[in-house]
Amino acid sequence: MSDAAHAHDDHGHHAHPTGIMRWLTTTNHKDIGSLYLWFSLIMLFTAGSMALLIRSELFEPGMQLMHPDFFNQLTTMHGLIMIFGVIMPAFTGFANWQVPLMIGAPDMAFPRMNNWSFWLLPVAGIMLLGSFWLPGGAVAGGWTMYPPLFIQGGVSYDLTILAVHIMGLSSIMGSINIITTILNMRAPGLTLMKMPMFVWTWLITAYLLIATMPVLAGAVTMLLTDRNFGTHFFNAAGGGDPVMFQHIFWFFGHPEVYILILPAFGIVSQIIPTFARKPLFGYASMVYATGSIAILSFIVWAHHMFAVGMPVSAQLFFMFSTMLIAVPTGVKVFNWVATMWKGSMTFETPMLFAIAFVCLFTIGGFSGLVLAMAPVDIQLQDTYYVVAHFHYVLVSGALFSIFAGIYFWLPKWTGHMYNETLGKVHFWLSVIGMNIVFFPMHFLGLAGMPRRIPDYALQFTEFNQIATVGAFIFGFSQLIFLVLVLKTIKGGAKASDRVWEGAQGLEWTVPSPAPYHTFETAPVVK
Amino acid sequence: MAAGKSTTLTKLIVVALGMFGFGFALVPFYYKICEVTGINSGDEQSLVKNTQVDTSRWVTLEFDANTNEGLQWQFTPVQRSLKVHPGQLVQVEYDVVNTSDHAIVGQAVPSYGPARAGAFFKKIECFCFTPQKLAAGERRRMPVLFVLDPSMDKDLHTVTLSYTFFNADVKAQTAALRKTVPHG
Repeated sequence: MSDAAHAHDDHGHHAHPTGIMRWLTTTNHKDIGSLYLWFSLIMLFTAGSMALLIRSELFEPGMQLMHPDFFNQLTTMHGLIMIFGVIMPAFTGFANWQVPLMIGAPDMAFPRMNNWSFWLLPVAGIMLLGSFWLPGGAVAGGWTMYPPLFIQGGVSYDLTILAVHIMGLSSIMGSINIITTILNMRAPGLTLMKMPMFVWTWLITAYLLIATMPVLAGAVTMLLTDRNFGTHFFNAAGGGDPVMFQHIFWFFGHPEVYILILPAFGIVSQIIPTFARKPLFGYASMVYATGSIAILSFIVWAHHMFAVGMPVSAQLFFMFSTMLIAVPTGVKVFNWVATMWKGSMTFETPMLFAIAFVCLFTIGGFSGLVLAMAPVDIQLQDTYYVVAHFHYVLVSGALFSIFAGIYFWLPKWTGHMYNETLGKVHFWLSVIGMNIVFFPMHFLGLAGMPRRIPDYALQFTEFNQIATVGAFIFGFSQLIFLVLVLKTIKGGAKASDRVWEGAQGLEWTVPSPAPYHTFETAPVVK
Repeated sequence: MAAGKSTTLTKLIVVALGMFGFGFALVPFYYKICEVTGINSGDEQSLVKNTQVDTSRWVTLEFDANTNEGLQWQFTPVQRSLKVHPGQLVQVEYDVVNTSDHAIVGQAVPSYGPARAGAFFKKIECFCFTPQKLAAGERRRMPVLFVLDPSMDKDLHTVTLSYTFFNADVKAQTAALRKTVPHG
C-alpha cells in the first residue's frame, strides 16, 4: 500500500494515520471494501467451522459429540452469521471497491458514514459470538428467530436481537451510501442504462435493503419489548399471535433472499461477457428482470409458511406469485447462456466459478419451484430438502459468485495475478465437495429427515455420512483460497491494467493495483 | 452535486424510517385481515371450523318434550322442527315452567327416533347434563348445543330428539324409574 500512500500525499492532503488507526479511521472506499471482505472471510471460517461441527455430529445416528442444545446453538448461529456476517458484508465489500471504480466516482458519497457502516459490523459479530460464553449459551431458536422460543430464551437472546439491530443499521447506512453514490456520482455520459450490470443489481439490492431491513428491525424490536417490557405482540398468553411474527419476519425475509442473490447475478453478468468475449446478451432485459424480481419478492413471503395454516385462496396466491418469479430468473439464466453461445470462451478460475454458478444455482432454483407448490411444501416443510435447496442457492449461488468476483478483481486490487493452478484446484475441490455435501440432502429430505435435529433414524445413515465427508472436503479446500489470496497480496506475476483480454468498463482503465485515489477528475463516457 | 447528495440522503432516510413504522403498522393490519376474512378467531375456529360440514344433504330435526306424571312441570320445545346439515353447529331451546307451589329438582333424559340416530348426536351443551332446580312458578329457557356427526347414516332424513323430565326426588319418582331405562 506504499504506492497508495504516495498517491495520497501527492494530492496535498495531510498524512495518514498508520497501523490500527489507519483502518479504524479510514474513509477510503477501497480500504473499507477490503475491511468488509476480510471480515466476511473471517466469518466464513467461523460459521464454516460450526457447519463442520454440525456435520460431525450428524456423521452417525445417536448423540456423539455434543449436547442437543449446543447443536441447536450451532445451527442457529451458523445461519445468522453466514447470512449477516458473510454473504451480505462480502457483497457490500464488492460494492465499496467496485461501484466507484465502475461509475468513475472518486469515492462513495458519504465516506464517514461508510466507515461507520463497516465498524458497526465487528461489534455485532462480537455480540453474536460472545453469547456462546453467556449463561445458557448462544441463541438456539433458529436463525428465523420465531417466538415463542425467542421470547423464552435467556440473556443471549436479547444480545442477538441487539446485534440484529446493529447489523440492520449497518446495512441501511451502507445502502443509503450506495444508492446516493450511484444516483449522483456517475461519470458524465454514463446514463443509467449504460451502467454495468453489477452496479444495476446493487442499486436494486440497496433499495430492497432500505425497504425491508427496517421491517426486520421493527419485528425484533417487538420481540425485545415482548421479552422485557410486558408487551404482547407475539406472546399468546397475553393475547398476541406468534404466527404474526412469521408474517412480519418473512415480509423482510423473502426480499432478503434476493438481497443475497441479486449482487451475485451482477458479478456473474460482469464475468461471463469478459471470458466469452461478447457483450452481455439482452442487457435491457437483464435490468428489467432484476427489477421484476425485486418487486415480486414483496408479494410471495407466505410461501415460507404454508404449513402454519392459511386459507386455500391465500395458498394459491402465494404459490402462483412464487412461481411467477421463475420467469425473470429464467430470463437471466437464458441470457447468460446466450452470452456464452458462440463466444470465444476461455476458462480461467473466475469463469469456472461463474459457469458453476449458472448450473448449480439453476438446480437450487428448480428445487425452489418444487417447494413453491403448496401441497408439496406441506410434505417437505422443515426437511433436508429445504436445506439442500437453500444451500444450492446460497453456497453454489451467492458464495460461488463471491469467489468468482474475488478471482476476477483481485489482480486489479493487488496488482498481482493469482496462481491459476491453485485457483483451479480450489474451484474443483469446492464444486465437487459442495455437491457431495448437498446433493444427498435432497434425497434425505424426500425420505423425511427433519432439519435442525441432532439425531436421525438409522436408514438415513449412509447419505449423512456422504454429506459429512463432502463437508470436510469443501470446508478444508477453502484454506487453499485463503493461501491463494495471501500469496496474491504478497506477490505474483504483474497484472496489466486491463487484466483480462475481454475486460470492458471503467475499472480496467485505472492502473493495477488501483491507486488509493482514482477518478479525482471524472472520466467521460461516450 | 452536494445538494443532490443530501436530497437523496434525506429521501432515503425518510423511506427507511417509514418502513420501520410500516413494520409496526403490520400488526393492526394483520388483525384487521384476520377479522375481515374470519380466519384465526380462536373459539369459533375450534368449534365450527374444525368440523367438516356436509352441505350435500339436509336432515330434518323434530323436537319433542314430555314430563313424567310424577312431575308438575310444563315443558315445551321453542321450535318444533329445523332443517340442518350434518356437521353444522346447531343450537335449539326448550321452555320449562314449574306450575307447582314448591321448588322441584328435575332431570331430563333424552331419547332418539330412530334410536340409532342417538350415536350421531355430539352434544356440546345440554340442560340434560345436570339436574335442574326450579322454584315455585319459575320459568326457564334452556339451550341444547350440538353437532350431527357428518358420518351419520345417509338414510336418516328425519330424526326426532325427545326429552322427558323426571322428578329427581327418588320417592316421588319411584314408579316412573321402574318403567324407564335411560339412554344417552
